[in-house]
Amino acid sequence: MKVLVAVKEVATVEEGFELDGTTIDERYLEYDLNEWDDYAIETGVQLAEDDDDIEVVSVSIGPERAEETIRMALAKGVDRAIRVWDDTLAAAELLDVRTKAELFDAVIEAEAPDLVLTGVQAHDDSFGATGVAVAEAAGFGHAAVVNALELDADAGTAHVRRELEGGVEELTDVELPAVLTIQTGINEPRYASLRGIRMAQRKEIDVQTLADLGLDPAVVDSPIELTDMYEPESESNVELFEGDANAAAENLATVLREKGVGAE
Amino acid sequence: MSDVLAVVDHRRGQLRDVSYELISAGAALAEAMDGTLALAVISGNVEQFAATLDREGVDTIYTVDHGEEFNHDVYVQSIEALYDELTPTALLMPNSVNGLDYAPAIAERLGMPLVTDAIDLSYDEILTVTREMYGSKVETTVTVSEEPFAVTVRGSEWAKAEGNGGATIEPFEVSIDESAMRSTVTGFEEVGGGDVDITDADVLVSVGRGIEEEENIELVERLADALGATLSSSRPIVDNGWLPKNRQVGQSGKVVTPEVYIAIGISGAVQHVAGMKGSETIVAINTDPDAPIFDIADYGIIGDLFDVVPALIEEFDE
Ligand SMILES: Cc1cc2nc3c(=O)[nH]c(=O)nc-3n(C[C@H](O)[C@H](O)[C@H](O)COP(=O)(O)OP(=O)(O)OC[C@H]3O[C@@H](n4cnc5c(N)ncnc54)[C@H](O)[C@@H]3O)c2cc1C
Repeated sequence: MKVLVAVKEVATVEEGFELDGTTIDERYLEYDLNEWDDYAIETGVQLAEDDDDIEVVSVSIGPERAEETIRMALAKGVDRAIRVWDDTLAAAELLDVRTKAELFDAVIEAEAPDLVLTGVQAHDDSFGATGVAVAEAAGFGHAAVVNALELDADAGTAHVRRELEGGVEELTDVELPAVLTIQTGINEPRYASLRGIRMAQRKEIDVQTLADLGLDPAVVDSPIELTDMYEPESESNVELFEGDANAAAENLATVLREKGVGAE
Repeated sequence: MSDVLAVVDHRRGQLRDVSYELISAGAALAEAMDGTLALAVISGNVEQFAATLDREGVDTIYTVDHGEEFNHDVYVQSIEALYDELTPTALLMPNSVNGLDYAPAIAERLGMPLVTDAIDLSYDEILTVTREMYGSKVETTVTVSEEPFAVTVRGSEWAKAEGNGGATIEPFEVSIDESAMRSTVTGFEEVGGGDVDITDADVLVSVGRGIEEEENIELVERLADALGATLSSSRPIVDNGWLPKNRQVGQSGKVVTPEVYIAIGISGAVQHVAGMKGSETIVAINTDPDAPIFDIADYGIIGDLFDVVPALIEEFDE
């Protein structure tokens, strides 16, 4: 049995960032493994630990820089990695959901996994759509926002819980092959061990181009264009208490007392 | 003339608020497009839902009477059939957990471009969508130069539609292909019960990932004690197992409306804000002046919680 885990390297924005047109100035971006994908990786690795016949393969769309993040997945126990990238992808302004679905679908066709795991969303653009779109493209079953998984490989079923709003969980059975989008908290992602990190250096990252995947360069064309980026306007008129911690705390305490806080 | 088809959201017998917001968003879009607004009501008590949804701006309500609860395969097949019949230009869906379980699938099936989590929409020959990125730190606009298109709409961004639309209600027959259904809902469960009810508290001291380590939770516990407040948290604290689920504020936790909400080391992600923006007074303590929590806070301290919280405890312990 094969589990494919989608792994994205995302940028987080540092304090005091500056905008540069429709992007954030590179100096303020820090690249890291997408939080949700960390839980997806852990889910895949735990399945493989429980069953020797399970191979876990990661797939990423991203430039060479992303290999650091991919190595992290390998160090945590992913068996091998695929990275999809070439000049056409690098030149694209934006990879939309349709494009990503086609790319992942091509990888799924080549790898024929039984289970595909993605994060619920990527922290950077928060689209939250890739996993379910991929399922449709591949003709797989799916479940979005999964916070518990019990795999019955023999029956070909994934018993999952979907985390709905307001503390309600939906219990669902999904037929394999399937795509599950994994929610944080489903498990406790491990830290890579030193041995894992050493072993990851020797594991293979297979770089696939659009041509390798049998895709036409037109697959990156998108009618969606990012036209503006700006800092949101504040909805409230926040009153900031300045000065050192003691002075600020004193002023805040005064306001809190006025509101009856701390009164016995 | 181009038309809008909006798909409403319901769960366990109740229409969800975002349904009425979708009507407002859809009616405004239909007007800008010089077109009509149709609603799709799929599964559940469709007749009763349709009657309640007949609000201002709605022209037609199509009901698909199939099953009680949400199933994404039923939704995808029903929307596909409605699409074939109506060929709308815009397909609007909720950016709810269930919305995200079918919207990407139907957009992919129909070959439409998809933009999710819209907080504003405008249309002037082409569609412009406003949405956030990087955990609400920036807002962006994107244009979509292909029609038809699909958009999911964030909850609580549009007003709920009111009034009466005088809409036509039309039952719509879809022959659901059961053999193409790949998932079955087997039940529901409420989680996050227990002894503490954070929705009851007048004052909440709420802690986020800025607290860094489990052993530091004790620091905010002491503050809560000093203030006579109840301790709550953002999601990562619960995900890490540092506090139980019944302390979680937000979309997948509890919705709280205390008199005072003190957010400590919480960035203010949309799913967190969904659970606390109704608080009377919001106080934020955060090192990052760009943290979105300051956009909704009434009072704030830009500073290190490990300095500010002990100082605050001292203020109240005196
Ligand atoms: C479907 C779905 C449902 C979700 N439901 C919920 C939910 O119900 N509730 C919820 O909270 N989240 C929810 N989330 C997660 C949400 O998107 C955020 O990831 C989460 O709210 C972030 O929590 P945080 O603010 O504690 O952490 P972060 O976003 O990491 O913020 C930590 C903050 O601490 C500040 N900080 C760091 N160090 C210090 C210091 N020493 N002193 C002061 N400040 C410091 C940082 O500047 C930062 O602003 C959900 C997400 C999804 C996709």
